[in-house]
Amino acid sequence: MGIGSSPAILGEFKLADQNSTMQTPQPVALPTHIGSIEEVDAGLSAVGYIATRQISTAIYIAHHLQKPILVEGPAGVGKTELAKSVASWLDLPLIRMQCYEGLDESKALYEWKYGKQLLYTQILRDKVSALIGETDSLKTSLDKLHGFGDVFFSKNFLEPRPLLKALEQPKGAVLLIDEIDKSDQEFEAFLLEILSDYQVTIPEIGSIGAIVPPIVLLTSNSTRDLGDALKRRCLHLHIGFPDEKLEAKIIASRVPGIDARLLAQVVSFVQQLRTLDLKKLPSVSESIDWARVMVLMHTAALEDALVRDTLNVLLKFESDIEAAEKKVTELTRKAQQAIVRSV
Amino acid sequence: MSLYRIAPPPTPQQAAASEPLRRFLQVARSAGLRVSASEGIDAARAVDLIGFGDRTVLKDTLGLILAKTPDEKVVYDETFDLYFQRNELASQEESRQEQSTGEPSQTSTPPAGAASPTDFDETDADQGPSLSELLEKNDSVALATAMEVSARESSIQEIRYFTQKNRFVRQILERMGLRDVEREIIELRNGDHGEEGVARARMLDERLERLWDNTRDFVERALLLYARGEQEQFRERMLKQARLMNLDPRDLARMRVLVRQIAKRLATRYSRKRRRKQRGQLDVRRTMRRNMGWGGIPFLTIWKQKQIDKPRIMVLCDVSNSVAWVSEFLLMLIYALNEVLSDLRAFAYTGSLVEVSDILEKNTIDEAVKRIMSTVGFGSSNYGNAFADFEDGWMDAVTNKTTVIILGDARGNGNDPRTDIVSRMSQRAKRIVWLNPEFRSSWGTGDSDMYRYAPYCNLVRVCASLNDLERVITDLLEVDA
Repeated sequence: MGIGSSPAILGEFKLADQNSTMQTPQPVALPTHIGSIEEVDAGLSAVGYIATRQISTAIYIAHHLQKPILVEGPAGVGKTELAKSVASWLDLPLIRMQCYEGLDESKALYEWKYGKQLLYTQILRDKVSALIGETDSLKTSLDKLHGFGDVFFSKNFLEPRPLLKALEQPKGAVLLIDEIDKSDQEFEAFLLEILSDYQVTIPEIGSIGAIVPPIVLLTSNSTRDLGDALKRRCLHLHIGFPDEKLEAKIIASRVPGIDARLLAQVVSFVQQLRTLDLKKLPSVSESIDWARVMVLMHTAALEDALVRDTLNVLLKFESDIEAAEKKVTELTRKAQQAIVRSV
Repeated sequence: MSLYRIAPPPTPQQAAASEPLRRFLQVARSAGLRVSASEGIDAARAVDLIGFGDRTVLKDTLGLILAKTPDEKVVYDETFDLYFQRNELASQEESRQEQSTGEPSQTSTPPAGAASPTDFDETDADQGPSLSELLEKNDSVALATAMEVSARESSIQEIRYFTQKNRFVRQILERMGLRDVEREIIELRNGDHGEEGVARARMLDERLERLWDNTRDFVERALLLYARGEQEQFRERMLKQARLMNLDPRDLARMRVLVRQIAKRLATRYSRKRRRKQRGQLDVRRTMRRNMGWGGIPFLTIWKQKQIDKPRIMVLCDVSNSVAWVSEFLLMLIYALNEVLSDLRAFAYTGSLVEVSDILEKNTIDEAVKRIMSTVGFGSSNYGNAFADFEDGWMDAVTNKTTVIILGDARGNGNDPRTDIVSRMSQRAKRIVWLNPEFRSSWGTGDSDMYRYAPYCNLVRVCASLNDLERVITDLLEVDA
């Protein structure tokens, strides 16, 4: 039962109805239509995300099949960034849910506004007794009470959390479920309903379907293996480290104004660094940061001393830095010989 | 009712899997990819969307749907390339032909002498051009199609062993009309067909030779496609049952993969059972908190839960010659399980005993095992000494929650077995599990002290193969859960 069935109460208290659009349950056609894989490519690069063919294909297929994408890959290759870029390209709100151990449905889906419920029951106490006061038997007063419906378990007392919010967006949304591997297994199972049918079930209200199915991206750093049930419902996209050409393109797009020669050297150096036996290889985000540092310091070309000083931007472990320092001279020399490509 | 739109029942979009896709899915399954029915439907919908036109897009697309781990991606890539290779071969051949002009095959009018044999052919080839016609036109696409059709008729998908290769090649060619062509060639050579007949015979012969090669190629690919998954499965089954001591060094890599798989399976199964409800005990504190919203009236009740401890484990591994393999795999398995175990400590001994937990935690397991083996391994064992070392250094760490796993053949080379220490250990520990890689029949023979230790152990088990190891670890997790 909804609020509409108890005008006696609502007449006086005019609850703010923020989501009036929700009351028209006609299924809305997809507001955004992606025509081709090339369109994805162009759209993403327009917002500064250089996608590989696999990534563009994944977004295209996911949109048309209405399937979530599970994005795996090492940290810092642009998994989260992909979601942000898709959102800003399609001009959809990005709803992000960061997963962690102990995340449960009251934080992910919805929670009742207990305070508000309590407050309203107190305020309405007189009203209720006035309404049922004239009845003579318990049964009739109960019947009357039933007539009011579950006013306190309705939409107005619901605090939507990311998942519910994503379903409520009138134009659709990009839902980013970040680092799903950090959450518990129970939570993974809980996600299955929303991933396969784009609906959630709230016991007091029923199933709630999405107005427009959101584009869902899940990211994982593979700290643990995800369940087969989850994987089955998703497209699986693996983003690895980019090759030299792609990385140059990415950095050029993220660090505008970088000199072509420096860019070639930076990319070459990072690519060589990745071939070393390190605990954590430098990722794209690190090479972008490093390129920024170089630009800030008005560097024209890589130099031995400068590389040594800024190695901590690329490498995050003491042992890695030590290991790399021994090779810096050699790597820098090779990087200096890198061929400048037109980007 | 509610303000929300009640979700309509999901309407699966209809998409009939096209024949090539269906066959590819079958191939993918036999290559070891687990393709569920719903994934098959997704694949069909995706293919409907993008079509078969662009091979790379098709590969990316199906890869998104069918391969869900990095390992699977590798298998998928191989399978895809293998499966779609032959179409490319056909088209390549075609283009090659177009380039080389002036070949006799390009002459459009067939030689006059060929008329009668082809007529003869047509009598039993019920539809389409006969093989000799195809060879004559050198139409590689048509040949490839014919090969494909005959292969399907000979149920090539049932090929399992490389010994079947020749049989299938022969069968396919015969279905394509090999006999007739052979007969024709003989006829052309022996009959009085003059120069022209001999030239034609040579031409047919050469092309037939090439067809043989192509068919052999085709069958080999089919063998790879259809039989690989099954052969792997067969090997894996064998390896799991094989005694670890008899293991071939070249199987080690595969064994490691298997161990990791087992560990993953066990870890996912047992990591869930962390909490268990205690029936009938109200958790007053949390119930109050939960029901604050209703002014403390307990609408929702919360029951007490019992935290289930992860098993605390100490492993004592004999790393002497005789049981080193088993130790290696036990250590690998246990360390792959560290997320469902707690207070995991590992010791290695031969003559004396050292703690190796540090080595195992800091290095990858393969390196660690190597290092352990090089520091303490491969000597002759002295159980008495090793236990004495343990009592001196670590007996205090054994509590009533600890499970002690001892792995060894209990052959102390005639030294004092020091059962007194094991007895004290069993008084302190929750359980002592002794794993012996030797068969039960040889326990107690020679210098084996197994039956002297047995009374102090809660469980004594033969543990010689990967299957045994898995069973033991499962027991362990079950008991403690």
